[in-house]
Amino acid sequence: MNPYALSHLDALESEAVHVFREVAGEFERPVILFSGGKDSIVMLHLALKAFAPATVPFSLLHVDTGHNFPEVLAYRDRVVAEHGLRLEVASVQEFIDDGRLRERPDGTRNPLQTLPLLDAIERHRFDAVFGGGRRDEEKARAKERVFSLRDEFGGWDPRRQRPELWQLYNGRHAPGEHVRVFPLSNFTELDVWQYIAREKIELPSIYYAHEREVFARAGMWLAPGEWGGPREDERVERRLVRYRTVGDMSCTGAVDSDAATVEAVIAEITASRLTERGATRADDKLSEAAMEDRKREGYF
Amino acid sequence: MTTVTETSLLRFATAGSVDDGKSTLVGRLLHDSKSVLADQLEAVAHASRNRGQEAPDLALLTDGLRAEREQGITIDVAYRYFATPRRRFILADTPGHVQYTRNMVTGASTAQLAIVLVDARNGVVEQTRRHAAVAALLRVPHLVLAVNKMDLAGYAEPAFAAIADEFTAYAASLGIPEVTAIPISALAGDNVVEASAHMDWYAGPTVLEHLEGVEVAAAPDAEAARFPVQYVIRPQTPAHRDYRGYAGQIASGILAVGDEVTVLPSGRTSTIVGIDALGEAVEEAWAPQSVTVRLADDLDISRGDLIAPIRTAPVPTQDVTATVCHVADKPLRVGDRVLLKHTTRTVKAIVKDIPSRLTLDDLSHHPDPGELTANDIGEVTLRTAEPLALDPYSHSRRTGSFLLIDPTDGTTLTAGMAGTAFAASLTR
Repeated sequence: MNPYALSHLDALESEAVHVFREVAGEFERPVILFSGGKDSIVMLHLALKAFAPATVPFSLLHVDTGHNFPEVLAYRDRVVAEHGLRLEVASVQEFIDDGRLRERPDGTRNPLQTLPLLDAIERHRFDAVFGGGRRDEEKARAKERVFSLRDEFGGWDPRRQRPELWQLYNGRHAPGEHVRVFPLSNFTELDVWQYIAREKIELPSIYYAHEREVFARAGMWLAPGEWGGPREDERVERRLVRYRTVGDMSCTGAVDSDAATVEAVIAEITASRLTERGATRADDKLSEAAMEDRKREGYF
Repeated sequence: MTTVTETSLLRFATAGSVDDGKSTLVGRLLHDSKSVLADQLEAVAHASRNRGQEAPDLALLTDGLRAEREQGITIDVAYRYFATPRRRFILADTPGHVQYTRNMVTGASTAQLAIVLVDARNGVVEQTRRHAAVAALLRVPHLVLAVNKMDLAGYAEPAFAAIADEFTAYAASLGIPEVTAIPISALAGDNVVEASAHMDWYAGPTVLEHLEGVEVAAAPDAEAARFPVQYVIRPQTPAHRDYRGYAGQIASGILAVGDEVTVLPSGRTSTIVGIDALGEAVEEAWAPQSVTVRLADDLDISRGDLIAPIRTAPVPTQDVTATVCHVADKPLRVGDRVLLKHTTRTVKAIVKDIPSRLTLDDLSHHPDPGELTANDIGEVTLRTAEPLALDPYSHSRRTGSFLLIDPTDGTTLTAGMAGTAFAASLTR
């Protein structure tokens, strides 16, 4: 055995840290998109390691749909305080309240995040925006670059992407344009969980099995809440569930699970025959190209 | 109870023209290694039915974009992920259509292994020679020849052996020392994941077995150490008032506490007094670890500088000769003013000369082409505004590579590989 061989987790960690430092070295105003989901939590953990013992030289941006899980908001605020970070919040609710956005008939707010996100990017003049997206999530994301140039409208044109050669990332951009940066590009869902286990990273409790009130809609277990569920014909029941992804409550489904520890979660997803998004995201099922279409409009 | 399994990572690329069955091979690898999950298969089955196809078309697993599905073409490189209990894989899936060279160069630039597909009925063709030449040019350490469609060649050993011999000889002429040749049928599943029941004359590994077993970790103890400074860490907090660390990813070799080093391009020298490997102090670290290095002396060091052992440090130069692949639609011309990004340093440069363009099919040289257009490979000489600590690409894929960038709109123009000896070796 080669004594210098790195494990896959060490290789992925080293590569992600390299990406963070490239951005810190080349951009004026980077920001980390932080949702309180596991990918953004791992992303922040890697950023903390990349600049230790100094603090992370970026602020955080949370695009708040207004339908967040309370456990996730509490986690977000705790992390920000603990590490002395600065948090900006872009609020979908505010945009709805002042008429810049209109609620969709289906109540789903995930697609509504794009406008507040682009508004915040423009207002704060962010030139690099870190996202926790992974290429294994979805086939449009398989085409995404680590450094992904967005035009002045935040749009993504897969045909105009820069080739990604060696580890040489080209972050040049014109005023008004920005670059989305995906340090977890090469992580898979299983890598993320193995890394969480190895690094003993704390997650919001909803990632682990717990009893909670849910109701069935479109083949998923949704949590009741002020966002508009359940409807009259939908019955609430108590089930042992956990979440594989965390997003807007209106479109993030729970899965039946008794996995209460990180080890049990790893065992569960190793055996799962469903992808993370296939199991739990209603918004990706809207059409065959739902993710690609949202990315073209500026979604991350 | 499941524990964290630490396996190794293999990055590989596939090359093959559309009809060689590359999509089928990739689909088969993903499918038979059980990396395609039920909802993905269901989506593929659904899309296949909408097209009037009865069986699920595995190629749809890899065509992710609307335009690709509508036009039946593949745009650019996509990255695929799958795993076995022994290893995790990152596949740079490069399309085989007309834009082949820049896409394959992109995929091969990070690959530790490349699979070149050949149709058993057609044997080694022009396209095969191009694929092998690109793998040699980019110095992909391991090459696999997959002789596909053996089911259509009667699963006959002589057909396979003739192709394998011809290809291995050609690869040797490119300086590729070793080729692993595997007879397969991607469509029928022979020797991709499962061993074939039709070719008992073949005793070697299946494609997946080879991918799982091939030793790809570099030997940093055999290379000179190179540490491009990415970012200077200065906390200036009460607990770390005097901390000044140089953050970066070790590009090659090993760094150890006590090493006497020089900082390029200034040439000032110092000694390594500490290495922090993402929060843990270590005595030594090696490529490709991301670390933070502390030096004994308070030198003026910033992003773009290179730290290297005094005895093996490269000599900085402003005159660069390189083999390049032009990747942009806009041509590269003699006299163009460009930006050159090498490791963490970006400098201004002028294209002084384009002495030759290379035809990959027969490796012939065409002198003084005047310009390089998309997908062209050629020799280029450049003059940089500031000295660069370049290594020959033949010594280091990391410190021997660079990008040329358009200073007006930021487009990535050209992929560069430094060194004259290297350009010459391809052409004998």
